[in-house]
Amino acid sequence: MYEFEFVKPTTVADAVAALGEEEAQALGGGQTLIPTLKQRLAMPATLVSLTGIAEMKGVKAEGGTVTIGGGTTHGTVAKEAASAYPALAALASNIGDPAVRNRGTIGGSLANNDPSACYPAAALASGATIVTSSREIAADDYFQGMFTTALEDGEIVTAVRFPVPEKAAYIKFEQPASRFALVGVFVAKYADGVRVAVTGASEEGVFRWSEAEAALSANFSAAALEGLSVPADGMIGDLHGSKEYRAHLVGVLTKRAVAAA
Amino acid sequence: MTKISMKVNGKEVSGEVEGRTLLVSFLRDTLGMTGTHVGCDTSQCGACVVHVDGAAVKSCTMLAMEAEGAEVATIEGQANADGTLSVVQQAFQDHHGLQCGFCTPGMVMSATALLKDNPKPSEAEIRHYLEGNICRCTGYHNIVKAILAASGQLEGAIAAE
Ligand code: FES
Ligand code: FES
Repeated sequence: MYEFEFVKPTTVADAVAALGEEEAQALGGGQTLIPTLKQRLAMPATLVSLTGIAEMKGVKAEGGTVTIGGGTTHGTVAKEAASAYPALAALASNIGDPAVRNRGTIGGSLANNDPSACYPAAALASGATIVTSSREIAADDYFQGMFTTALEDGEIVTAVRFPVPEKAAYIKFEQPASRFALVGVFVAKYADGVRVAVTGASEEGVFRWSEAEAALSANFSAAALEGLSVPADGMIGDLHGSKEYRAHLVGVLTKRAVAAA
Repeated sequence: MTKISMKVNGKEVSGEVEGRTLLVSFLRDTLGMTGTHVGCDTSQCGACVVHVDGAAVKSCTMLAMEAEGAEVATIEGQANADGTLSVVQQAFQDHHGLQCGFCTPGMVMSATALLKDNPKPSEAEIRHYLEGNICRCTGYHNIVKAILAASGQLEGAIAAE
Protein backbone atom coordinates (compact mmCIF):
# COMPACT_ATOMS: atom_id res chain seq x y z
CA MET A 1 0.00 0.00 0.00
CA TYR A 2 1.03 3.57 -0.61
CA GLU A 3 0.95 5.64 2.56
CA PHE A 4 -2.13 7.77 3.27
CA GLU A 5 -3.57 9.88 6.05
CA PHE A 6 -6.27 8.14 8.07
CA VAL A 7 -9.16 10.08 9.58
CA LYS A 8 -12.20 8.75 11.41
CA PRO A 9 -15.00 11.32 11.74
CA THR A 10 -17.99 10.59 13.99
CA THR A 11 -20.71 12.42 12.03
CA VAL A 12 -21.86 12.32 8.40
CA ALA A 13 -21.31 16.09 8.14
CA ASP A 14 -17.65 15.76 9.22
CA ALA A 15 -17.15 12.84 6.83
CA VAL A 16 -18.55 14.86 3.91
CA ALA A 17 -16.22 17.74 4.81
CA ALA A 18 -13.21 15.40 4.99
CA LEU A 19 -14.15 13.86 1.62
CA GLY A 20 -14.15 17.35 0.09
CA GLU A 21 -10.36 17.46 0.43
CA GLU A 22 -8.07 16.63 -2.50
CA GLU A 23 -7.69 12.85 -3.21
CA ALA A 24 -9.81 11.76 -0.28
CA GLN A 25 -11.55 8.38 -0.40
CA ALA A 26 -14.26 6.91 1.83
CA LEU A 27 -13.49 3.66 3.65
CA GLY A 28 -16.40 1.44 4.71
CA GLY A 29 -15.54 -1.97 6.11
CA GLY A 30 -12.55 -2.14 3.78
CA GLN A 31 -13.18 -5.67 2.56
CA THR A 32 -12.81 -4.55 -1.06
CA LEU A 33 -10.87 -1.31 -0.67
CA ILE A 34 -8.04 -2.66 1.49
CA PRO A 35 -7.23 -5.48 -0.99
CA THR A 36 -7.38 -2.85 -3.78
CA LEU A 37 -4.95 -0.61 -1.89
CA LYS A 38 -2.62 -3.54 -1.25
CA GLN A 39 -2.38 -4.07 -5.00
CA ARG A 40 -1.61 -0.38 -5.39
CA LEU A 41 -4.60 0.03 -7.69
CA ALA A 42 -5.61 3.18 -5.82
CA MET A 43 -3.58 5.97 -4.27
CA PRO A 44 -5.77 8.15 -2.04
CA ALA A 45 -4.06 10.90 -0.03
CA THR A 46 -6.59 10.50 2.78
CA LEU A 47 -8.82 7.62 3.80
CA VAL A 48 -11.97 8.75 5.54
CA SER A 49 -13.20 5.88 7.68
CA LEU A 50 -16.99 5.71 8.02
CA THR A 51 -16.88 3.08 10.78
CA GLY A 52 -17.04 5.61 13.63
CA ILE A 53 -20.36 7.18 12.54
CA ALA A 54 -23.06 5.90 14.91
CA GLU A 55 -25.95 7.54 12.95
CA MET A 56 -25.10 5.30 9.95
CA LYS A 57 -25.51 2.01 11.81
CA GLY A 58 -28.42 -0.25 12.58
CA VAL A 59 -31.56 -1.90 11.22
CA LYS A 60 -35.03 -0.35 11.74
CA ALA A 61 -38.31 -1.94 10.70
CA GLU A 62 -41.51 0.08 10.67
CA GLY A 63 -44.64 0.33 8.53
CA GLY A 64 -43.65 -2.18 5.86
CA THR A 65 -40.20 -0.68 5.37
CA VAL A 66 -36.81 -1.87 6.58
CA THR A 67 -34.20 0.88 6.82
CA ILE A 68 -30.58 -0.14 7.11
CA GLY A 69 -27.81 2.33 7.95
CA GLY A 70 -25.10 2.50 5.29
CA GLY A 71 -22.44 1.54 7.83
CA THR A 72 -24.25 -1.59 9.00
CA THR A 73 -22.26 -4.80 8.57
CA HIS A 74 -23.57 -7.84 6.70
CA GLY A 75 -23.39 -9.78 9.97
CA THR A 76 -25.71 -7.31 11.69
CA VAL A 77 -28.19 -7.33 8.78
CA ALA A 78 -28.19 -11.14 8.84
CA LYS A 79 -29.25 -11.05 12.50
CA GLU A 80 -31.36 -7.93 12.84
CA ALA A 81 -33.34 -8.04 9.58
CA ALA A 82 -34.21 -11.73 9.99
CA SER A 83 -37.77 -11.25 11.19
CA ALA A 84 -38.68 -8.15 9.16
CA TYR A 85 -37.20 -9.17 5.79
CA PRO A 86 -35.96 -12.78 5.91
CA ALA A 87 -34.83 -13.01 2.25
CA LEU A 88 -32.61 -9.95 2.73
CA ALA A 89 -31.16 -11.33 5.98
CA ALA A 90 -30.50 -14.67 4.28
CA LEU A 91 -28.66 -12.90 1.45
CA ALA A 92 -26.50 -11.02 3.98
CA SER A 93 -25.71 -14.23 5.87
CA ASN A 94 -24.16 -15.75 2.73
CA ILE A 95 -21.89 -12.88 1.67
CA GLY A 96 -18.20 -13.82 1.90
CA ASP A 97 -17.44 -15.53 5.20
CA PRO A 98 -18.17 -14.66 8.85
CA ALA A 99 -15.05 -12.52 9.35
CA VAL A 100 -15.77 -10.57 6.14
CA ARG A 101 -19.41 -10.14 7.23
CA ASN A 102 -18.25 -8.61 10.51
CA ARG A 103 -16.49 -5.78 8.63
CA GLY A 104 -18.14 -5.38 5.22
CA THR A 105 -21.06 -2.93 5.03
CA ILE A 106 -24.16 -2.53 2.88
CA GLY A 107 -23.21 1.03 1.98
CA GLY A 108 -19.75 -0.06 0.89
CA SER A 109 -21.16 -2.85 -1.24
CA LEU A 110 -23.69 -0.57 -2.96
CA ALA A 111 -21.16 2.23 -3.50
CA ASN A 112 -18.73 -0.22 -5.10
CA ASN A 113 -21.42 -1.94 -7.24
CA ASP A 114 -19.29 -4.97 -8.05
CA PRO A 115 -21.03 -6.78 -10.94
CA SER A 116 -21.02 -10.01 -8.88
CA ALA A 117 -22.01 -8.58 -5.49
CA CYS A 118 -25.22 -9.76 -3.80
CA TYR A 119 -26.67 -6.53 -2.33
CA PRO A 120 -27.26 -4.76 -5.67
CA ALA A 121 -29.69 -7.56 -6.60
CA ALA A 122 -31.62 -7.08 -3.34
CA ALA A 123 -31.78 -3.30 -3.71
CA LEU A 124 -32.90 -3.42 -7.35
CA ALA A 125 -35.43 -6.25 -6.90
CA SER A 126 -36.92 -4.50 -3.85
CA GLY A 127 -37.12 -1.12 -5.56
CA ALA A 128 -35.12 0.21 -2.61
CA THR A 129 -34.28 3.86 -2.02
CA ILE A 130 -30.60 4.70 -1.61
CA VAL A 131 -30.31 7.54 0.90
CA THR A 132 -27.10 9.53 0.60
CA SER A 133 -25.49 12.44 2.39
CA SER A 134 -27.22 14.81 -0.05
CA ARG A 135 -30.34 13.16 -1.58
CA GLU A 136 -32.44 10.04 -2.14
CA ILE A 137 -31.95 7.90 -5.24
CA ALA A 138 -34.32 5.18 -6.52
CA ALA A 139 -32.54 1.87 -7.11
CA ASP A 140 -33.71 1.96 -10.75
CA ASP A 141 -31.66 5.15 -11.27
CA TYR A 142 -28.79 4.25 -8.97
CA PHE A 143 -27.07 1.31 -10.70
CA GLN A 144 -25.38 2.49 -13.90
CA GLY A 145 -23.21 -0.42 -14.99
CA MET A 146 -20.23 -2.34 -13.62
CA PHE A 147 -18.64 -0.45 -10.70
CA THR A 148 -20.66 2.61 -11.70
CA THR A 149 -23.43 4.30 -9.71
CA ALA A 150 -25.27 7.60 -9.57
CA LEU A 151 -23.09 8.67 -6.61
CA GLU A 152 -21.14 11.90 -7.03
CA ASP A 153 -17.61 12.31 -5.69
CA GLY A 154 -17.67 12.52 -1.92
CA GLU A 155 -21.32 11.42 -1.65
CA ILE A 156 -21.91 8.79 1.06
CA VAL A 157 -24.60 6.09 1.20
CA THR A 158 -26.01 6.81 4.66
CA ALA A 159 -28.98 4.40 4.58
CA VAL A 160 -30.98 2.08 2.35
CA ARG A 161 -34.78 1.80 2.59
CA PHE A 162 -36.32 -1.50 1.50
CA PRO A 163 -40.08 -1.84 1.04
CA VAL A 164 -40.85 -5.30 2.46
CA PRO A 165 -42.34 -7.62 -0.20
CA GLU A 166 -45.11 -10.20 0.29
CA LYS A 167 -42.72 -12.93 -0.76
CA ALA A 168 -39.07 -12.94 -1.80
CA ALA A 169 -36.02 -15.13 -2.19
CA TYR A 170 -32.45 -14.79 -3.36
CA ILE A 171 -30.61 -17.73 -4.86
CA LYS A 172 -26.97 -17.50 -5.81
CA PHE A 173 -24.81 -19.93 -7.67
CA GLU A 174 -21.63 -19.39 -5.76
CA GLN A 175 -18.18 -19.08 -7.24
CA PRO A 176 -16.60 -21.30 -4.58
CA ALA A 177 -13.22 -19.56 -4.30
CA SER A 178 -14.45 -15.98 -3.96
CA ARG A 179 -17.97 -16.77 -2.70
CA PHE A 180 -19.23 -14.01 -4.98
CA ALA A 181 -22.24 -14.83 -7.15
CA LEU A 182 -21.36 -16.52 -10.44
CA VAL A 183 -25.01 -15.64 -11.00
CA GLY A 184 -27.51 -14.55 -8.36
CA VAL A 185 -31.23 -13.87 -8.77
CA PHE A 186 -33.44 -11.94 -6.35
CA VAL A 187 -37.20 -12.29 -6.86
CA ALA A 188 -39.59 -10.06 -4.89
CA LYS A 189 -43.39 -10.12 -5.10
CA TYR A 190 -45.26 -6.92 -4.21
CA ALA A 191 -48.98 -6.14 -4.32
CA ASP A 192 -48.43 -4.20 -7.56
CA GLY A 193 -46.18 -6.74 -9.31
CA VAL A 194 -43.06 -8.85 -9.23
CA ARG A 195 -39.49 -7.59 -9.61
CA VAL A 196 -36.59 -9.80 -10.67
CA ALA A 197 -32.97 -8.60 -10.40
CA VAL A 198 -29.95 -10.52 -11.66
CA THR A 199 -26.36 -10.05 -10.47
CA GLY A 200 -23.12 -11.70 -11.58
CA ALA A 201 -24.33 -12.34 -15.11
CA SER A 202 -24.25 -9.19 -17.22
CA GLU A 203 -21.37 -7.05 -18.44
CA GLU A 204 -23.62 -4.11 -17.56
CA GLY A 205 -23.79 -5.14 -13.89
CA VAL A 206 -27.02 -5.85 -12.03
CA PHE A 207 -30.18 -5.73 -14.22
CA ARG A 208 -33.93 -6.38 -14.11
CA TRP A 209 -35.27 -9.25 -16.20
CA SER A 210 -38.48 -7.66 -17.45
CA GLU A 211 -39.93 -10.68 -19.35
CA ALA A 212 -39.72 -12.75 -16.20
CA GLU A 213 -41.27 -9.91 -14.19
CA ALA A 214 -44.26 -9.74 -16.56
CA ALA A 215 -44.76 -13.51 -16.55
CA LEU A 216 -44.48 -13.76 -12.76
CA SER A 217 -46.74 -10.77 -12.16
CA ALA A 218 -49.47 -12.65 -14.08
CA ASN A 219 -48.74 -16.01 -12.46
CA PHE A 220 -46.25 -16.30 -9.58
CA SER A 221 -45.02 -19.82 -10.22
CA ALA A 222 -41.89 -21.41 -11.68
CA ALA A 223 -44.10 -22.81 -14.49
CA ALA A 224 -44.78 -19.25 -15.70
CA LEU A 225 -41.09 -19.01 -16.64
CA GLU A 226 -41.15 -22.00 -19.03
CA GLY A 227 -39.74 -21.01 -22.40
CA LEU A 228 -38.28 -17.70 -21.19
CA SER A 229 -34.55 -17.10 -21.47
CA VAL A 230 -32.10 -14.20 -21.49
CA PRO A 231 -29.80 -13.81 -24.51
CA ALA A 232 -26.16 -14.90 -24.01
CA ASP A 233 -25.08 -11.72 -25.76
CA GLY A 234 -23.84 -9.20 -23.21
CA MET A 235 -23.34 -11.81 -20.47
CA ILE A 236 -19.98 -12.14 -18.72
CA GLY A 237 -17.86 -14.95 -20.14
CA ASP A 238 -14.72 -15.93 -18.21
CA LEU A 239 -12.82 -18.98 -16.97
CA HIS A 240 -15.54 -19.64 -14.38
CA GLY A 241 -18.37 -19.87 -16.90
CA SER A 242 -19.18 -18.97 -20.50
CA LYS A 243 -21.79 -16.39 -21.56
CA GLU A 244 -24.16 -19.20 -22.52
CA TYR A 245 -23.68 -20.91 -19.17
CA ARG A 246 -24.46 -17.72 -17.25
CA ALA A 247 -27.53 -17.03 -19.41
CA HIS A 248 -28.74 -20.56 -18.68
CA LEU A 249 -28.16 -20.08 -14.94
CA VAL A 250 -30.33 -16.94 -14.95
CA GLY A 251 -33.33 -19.05 -16.04
CA VAL A 252 -32.63 -21.90 -13.63
CA LEU A 253 -31.98 -19.70 -10.61
CA THR A 254 -35.04 -17.53 -11.24
CA LYS A 255 -37.21 -20.65 -11.12
CA ARG A 256 -35.51 -21.77 -7.93
CA ALA A 257 -35.98 -18.36 -6.36
CA VAL A 258 -39.70 -18.36 -7.19
CA ALA A 259 -40.03 -21.86 -5.72
CA ALA A 260 -38.17 -20.78 -2.56
CA ALA A 261 -40.09 -17.50 -2.08
CA MET B 1 3.42 8.03 12.51
CA THR B 2 0.55 8.13 14.96
CA LYS B 3 0.35 6.59 18.40
CA ILE B 4 -2.53 4.15 18.92
CA SER B 5 -3.66 2.27 22.02
CA MET B 6 -5.89 -0.73 22.46
CA LYS B 7 -6.39 -3.68 24.77
CA VAL B 8 -4.91 -6.95 23.53
CA ASN B 9 -5.92 -10.01 25.53
CA GLY B 10 -6.91 -7.74 28.38
CA LYS B 11 -3.64 -5.80 28.50
CA GLU B 12 -3.27 -2.11 27.57
CA VAL B 13 -0.82 -1.76 24.69
CA SER B 14 0.24 1.09 22.44
CA GLY B 15 2.57 1.73 19.55
CA GLU B 16 3.38 3.97 16.59
CA VAL B 17 1.71 3.15 13.27
CA GLU B 18 1.26 4.61 9.79
CA GLY B 19 -2.16 5.03 8.21
CA ARG B 20 -1.52 1.96 6.09
CA THR B 21 -0.35 -0.30 8.95
CA LEU B 22 -2.57 -3.39 9.09
CA LEU B 23 -3.84 -4.71 12.40
CA VAL B 24 -1.93 -7.94 11.82
CA SER B 25 1.34 -6.03 11.32
CA PHE B 26 0.71 -4.08 14.51
CA LEU B 27 0.21 -7.35 16.40
CA ARG B 28 3.12 -9.23 14.85
CA ASP B 29 5.71 -6.56 14.11
CA THR B 30 5.02 -3.81 16.63
CA LEU B 31 3.94 -5.96 19.58
CA GLY B 32 5.95 -9.06 18.62
CA MET B 33 2.88 -11.29 19.04
CA THR B 34 3.46 -13.74 16.22
CA GLY B 35 0.74 -16.22 17.16
CA THR B 36 -1.57 -14.59 14.62
CA HIS B 37 -0.44 -15.81 11.20
CA VAL B 38 -0.46 -14.35 7.70
CA GLY B 39 -1.20 -17.03 5.15
CA CYS B 40 -2.39 -15.11 2.14
CA ASP B 41 -2.60 -11.39 2.94
CA THR B 42 -5.60 -11.28 0.58
CA SER B 43 -8.45 -12.10 3.04
CA GLN B 44 -8.90 -15.63 1.72
CA CYS B 45 -7.29 -18.00 4.23
CA GLY B 46 -8.35 -16.89 7.71
CA ALA B 47 -4.98 -17.64 9.38
CA CYS B 48 -5.04 -14.04 10.66
CA VAL B 49 -8.48 -14.15 12.36
CA VAL B 50 -8.62 -12.29 15.69
CA HIS B 51 -11.57 -10.87 17.63
CA VAL B 52 -12.12 -7.12 17.72
CA ASP B 53 -14.72 -6.11 20.31
CA GLY B 54 -15.91 -9.70 20.27
CA ALA B 55 -16.31 -10.08 16.49
CA ALA B 56 -14.07 -12.36 14.40
CA VAL B 57 -12.26 -10.34 11.73
CA LYS B 58 -9.40 -10.88 9.30
CA SER B 59 -6.62 -8.78 10.78
CA CYS B 60 -4.85 -8.65 7.40
CA THR B 61 -7.83 -6.69 6.05
CA MET B 62 -8.33 -4.16 8.80
CA LEU B 63 -6.22 -1.08 9.46
CA ALA B 64 -4.54 -0.91 12.86
CA MET B 65 -5.96 2.58 13.41
CA GLU B 66 -9.49 1.15 13.09
CA ALA B 67 -8.78 -0.82 16.27
CA GLU B 68 -7.91 2.28 18.33
CA GLY B 69 -9.53 1.83 21.76
CA ALA B 70 -10.83 -1.65 20.91
CA GLU B 71 -10.61 -4.92 22.83
CA VAL B 72 -8.62 -7.34 20.71
CA ALA B 73 -8.34 -11.06 21.44
CA THR B 74 -5.67 -13.24 19.81
CA ILE B 75 -4.61 -16.86 20.06
CA GLU B 76 -2.06 -15.89 22.75
CA GLY B 77 -4.91 -15.01 25.10
CA GLN B 78 -6.95 -18.18 24.67
CA ALA B 79 -5.35 -20.44 27.28
CA ASN B 80 -6.75 -20.34 30.82
CA ALA B 81 -4.99 -18.30 33.50
CA ASP B 82 -3.33 -21.43 34.93
CA GLY B 83 -1.78 -22.22 31.55
CA THR B 84 -4.14 -25.06 30.62
CA LEU B 85 -5.63 -24.96 27.15
CA SER B 86 -9.05 -23.49 26.39
CA VAL B 87 -11.86 -25.94 25.65
CA VAL B 88 -11.50 -25.34 21.90
CA GLN B 89 -7.70 -25.63 21.96
CA GLN B 90 -7.88 -28.85 24.00
CA ALA B 91 -10.43 -30.31 21.59
CA PHE B 92 -8.16 -29.53 18.62
CA GLN B 93 -5.35 -31.40 20.40
CA ASP B 94 -7.55 -34.33 21.45
CA HIS B 95 -9.11 -34.80 18.03
CA HIS B 96 -6.03 -34.12 15.95
CA GLY B 97 -7.55 -30.97 14.47
CA LEU B 98 -4.16 -29.77 13.25
CA GLN B 99 -1.17 -31.07 11.37
CA CYS B 100 1.34 -28.34 10.46
CA GLY B 101 -0.56 -25.91 12.65
CA PHE B 102 -0.28 -22.91 10.35
CA CYS B 103 -4.03 -22.38 10.01
CA THR B 104 -4.72 -23.27 13.64
CA PRO B 105 -4.63 -19.81 15.28
CA GLY B 106 -7.31 -18.64 12.86
CA MET B 107 -9.27 -21.88 13.13
CA VAL B 108 -9.32 -21.67 16.93
CA MET B 109 -10.35 -18.00 16.90
CA SER B 110 -13.12 -18.67 14.34
CA ALA B 111 -14.34 -21.75 16.22
CA THR B 112 -14.38 -19.81 19.48
CA ALA B 113 -16.42 -17.02 17.89
CA LEU B 114 -18.85 -19.57 16.43
CA LEU B 115 -19.44 -21.30 19.76
CA LYS B 116 -20.02 -17.98 21.52
CA ASP B 117 -22.85 -17.22 19.04
CA ASN B 118 -24.13 -20.74 18.57
CA PRO B 119 -23.11 -23.08 21.41
CA LYS B 120 -24.42 -26.25 19.72
CA PRO B 121 -23.78 -25.87 15.99
CA SER B 122 -24.61 -28.69 13.58
CA GLU B 123 -21.88 -30.13 11.39
CA ALA B 124 -23.31 -28.18 8.42
CA GLU B 125 -23.27 -24.94 10.43
CA ILE B 126 -19.65 -25.52 11.42
CA ARG B 127 -18.60 -26.12 7.82
CA HIS B 128 -20.51 -23.02 6.65
CA TYR B 129 -18.88 -20.93 9.39
CA LEU B 130 -15.39 -22.10 8.42
CA GLU B 131 -15.76 -21.09 4.76
CA GLY B 132 -13.22 -18.31 5.25
CA ASN B 133 -10.63 -20.51 7.00
CA ILE B 134 -8.47 -22.59 4.72
CA CYS B 135 -6.45 -25.60 5.89
CA ARG B 136 -4.14 -27.35 3.44
CA CYS B 137 -3.35 -30.28 5.72
CA THR B 138 -6.25 -31.83 7.58
CA GLY B 139 -9.03 -32.03 5.02
CA TYR B 140 -11.16 -30.27 7.69
CA HIS B 141 -12.66 -33.49 9.00
CA ASN B 142 -10.88 -33.48 12.36
CA ILE B 143 -11.32 -29.72 12.72
CA VAL B 144 -15.08 -30.15 12.44
CA LYS B 145 -14.90 -33.08 14.84
CA ALA B 146 -12.90 -31.03 17.35
CA ILE B 147 -15.47 -28.23 17.25
CA LEU B 148 -18.33 -30.70 17.71
CA ALA B 149 -16.44 -32.12 20.69
CA ALA B 150 -15.73 -28.65 22.11
CA SER B 151 -19.47 -27.96 21.98
CA GLY B 152 -20.14 -31.11 24.00
CA GLN B 153 -21.63 -32.99 21.06
CA LEU B 154 -19.43 -36.07 21.02
CA GLU B 155 -22.32 -38.18 19.71
CA GLY B 156 -22.43 -35.88 16.72
CA ALA B 157 -18.66 -36.10 16.39
CA ILE B 158 -18.91 -39.83 15.98
CA ALA B 159 -21.71 -39.44 13.45
CA ALA B 160 -19.34 -37.19 11.47
CA GLU B 161 -16.90 -40.10 11.03
S1 FES C 1 -3.74 -13.75 6.01
FE1 FES C 1 -5.60 -12.76 6.42
S2 FES C 1 -7.02 -14.05 5.44
FE2 FES C 1 -5.12 -14.95 4.89
S1 FES D 1 -2.92 -27.81 9.82
FE1 FES D 1 -1.62 -27.25 8.21
S2 FES D 1 -2.79 -25.70 7.24
FE2 FES D 1 -4.18 -26.49 8.66
